[in-house]
Amino acid sequence: MLRGLSFGLEAGRCLQVSGANGAGKTSLLRALAGLLPLESGVVTWCGLDTREDHHTFHSNLAWLSHGPGLKGDLSAHENLRFSAGLRRVLDREQIDAALAKVGYANADQRLARHMSAGQQRRVALARVLLLDCPLWLLDEPTSNLDGRGQDMFGQILSAHLENGGLAVISTHQSLPLSADRVQALELS
Amino acid sequence: MNVAGPNSVSSGEAGWLLVRRDLRLALRRPGEWLQPLMFFFVVTTLFPLSTDPQLSRLRDIAPGALWVAALLSCLLALELLFREDGQDGTLEQLAVSGLSLSWLLLAKCCVHWLLTGLPLVLAAPLVATALGAPYAAIPGILAALLLGSIALSLIGAVGAGLTLGLRRGGALLALLVLPLAVPVLIFGARATALAIALEPTSAPMYMLGAIVVLSATLAPLGAAAAVRISLE
Amino acid sequence: MSWAWLHRYASPPLFFRIAGRVIPWVSWLAAITGAAGLIGGLGLAPPDYQQGEGYRIIFVHVPAAVLSTMAYGVMAGAAGMGLIWRMNVAHAVAASCASVGAWFTVLALTTGSLWGRPMWGTYWEWDPRLTSELVLLFLYLGYMGLRSAIDDTARADRASAVLVLVGVINLPIIHYSVDWWNSLHQGHTLLKFGKASMPPSMLVPLLLMMLAFLLYFAAIMLTRARGEVLRRERNARWISEAIGALAT
Repeated sequence: MLRGLSFGLEAGRCLQVSGANGAGKTSLLRALAGLLPLESGVVTWCGLDTREDHHTFHSNLAWLSHGPGLKGDLSAHENLRFSAGLRRVLDREQIDAALAKVGYANADQRLARHMSAGQQRRVALARVLLLDCPLWLLDEPTSNLDGRGQDMFGQILSAHLENGGLAVISTHQSLPLSADRVQALELS
Repeated sequence: MNVAGPNSVSSGEAGWLLVRRDLRLALRRPGEWLQPLMFFFVVTTLFPLSTDPQLSRLRDIAPGALWVAALLSCLLALELLFREDGQDGTLEQLAVSGLSLSWLLLAKCCVHWLLTGLPLVLAAPLVATALGAPYAAIPGILAALLLGSIALSLIGAVGAGLTLGLRRGGALLALLVLPLAVPVLIFGARATALAIALEPTSAPMYMLGAIVVLSATLAPLGAAAAVRISLE
Repeated sequence: MSWAWLHRYASPPLFFRIAGRVIPWVSWLAAITGAAGLIGGLGLAPPDYQQGEGYRIIFVHVPAAVLSTMAYGVMAGAAGMGLIWRMNVAHAVAASCASVGAWFTVLALTTGSLWGRPMWGTYWEWDPRLTSELVLLFLYLGYMGLRSAIDDTARADRASAVLVLVGVINLPIIHYSVDWWNSLHQGHTLLKFGKASMPPSMLVPLLLMMLAFLLYFAAIMLTRARGEVLRRERNARWISEAIGALAT
């Protein structure tokens, strides 16, 4: 499906993957994450083949698929405690702080299946924040987000990149980042 | 921003967290997990209705009825094992979490067994008595079903992983899992028959134990491989 | 130990060429040994002192039963190789074993039940060998069902490989448990015949028939695997080159 792709990404930079529907944005991200096998080629992380040493790679990876990946019968808090808590020891304050950053500070006991799509997206982004990983692979992170949500995403992404993080993001929208931070990849 | 930091989670804690999450989810929706148990009761009721209801006659078919019903209930419950986690993307997150997927799936199997296997085991004395088993046979029947249901949950996990997300998943799952469950059925039913006849049950029970140990060792690996393939 | 040679022979064009050369030889040898075995078994071998002429069905039944298990083993070996070394050709071989193996199982079951009629007086007896054979048929059907349920070939390859590896671990356990189950419920073992007690006039045709079945299996499996390789590599350049060479 995808052929002849080659790129590298340095710390503090973000790869923006764009392209028409069906161009293979999601496939590329899933292949990078190790969810899709490669017919040929390698994905390296810090010089190591990610297929050989997927443990180290995945420990440094925060993955957000195009679905929110939330449990419908759990509240925002519970969702984060269980999904991010599998990888980081978390306390209540950290989860509250992350929810505040994504603009969902007033998260009550509402279950995820009663949330709006935009709210679910915010909780999913809070999970990415809580994982505290250098590499973000985000598939359409701003889908269903309103204008303020887009701004919020721009802020957390810039903060992540300034901290020396990396991000690969598939999106149709332009990212609110300075040009030297963004590397564009157009799939056809 | 490093994984080896002091606040990273050990495999044991992660597994325990997953167990707690699945239990909490099950508590929020108890009906789903009770269905296999109801099915077990209904199927075992069909046997006396379709044959001779004299307890002395029923005693002969009790081991078979008990085990076929248990096998089918386990099969029904298996569809619940990964379905929701596969649909909502949780399995995907587990697969790229950097934790051992087979270990996490083993944790899920444990919860699944607690929710669907254990109720069958606990319901067995009632059903066995109704099918004419003497009271002295109850411990043997409990032990056989305990071991057998654990083995079925584990073996079934591989099949559930392979059929995850397939359109005709349910019928295919039966075709994949039931032939693999033949040894469990044979030894389990035999142990039950011996227990009902008030004879020593150790030979088939040891075999069941061996199958549990073997499947606990290999099935999580197979299930992890199957789930990874199904997530592609 | 280097596995480079394995990968070299696993390259699709080479496999396609070698299999193409081997198939005619194997097919002819299968026909010759099969004819010799049939003549020896149906014509020359003496009637059994207990079972009369009826026993002659073993010349089909036993090779079919042996090959049905062996095909599963070959399938598991190929699937394991495909899974570990990511060899497309090995996956193609595994996929080609299934239907042949399933047919051997059906043949063994049919001949077994036909044999049962004069021996037991019924067409079906829960004999351990026939029961194991039946479970084996279900394993084959599950394998084929799983493959047909998955559209993507690469995913079907890997998923069915996991299934067949689980199956091959289970096969001896199933076999043992069925034997054990049967020994409790039935005393008679009419289908049992020791090789030692078999005179050479029966044993030689039987071995010839086994060889013929084995060669037949190899011929059919390789032909199917060639087709599989063609289908999988239909966009590759070596195929258009091979077709071009044929046309000139």
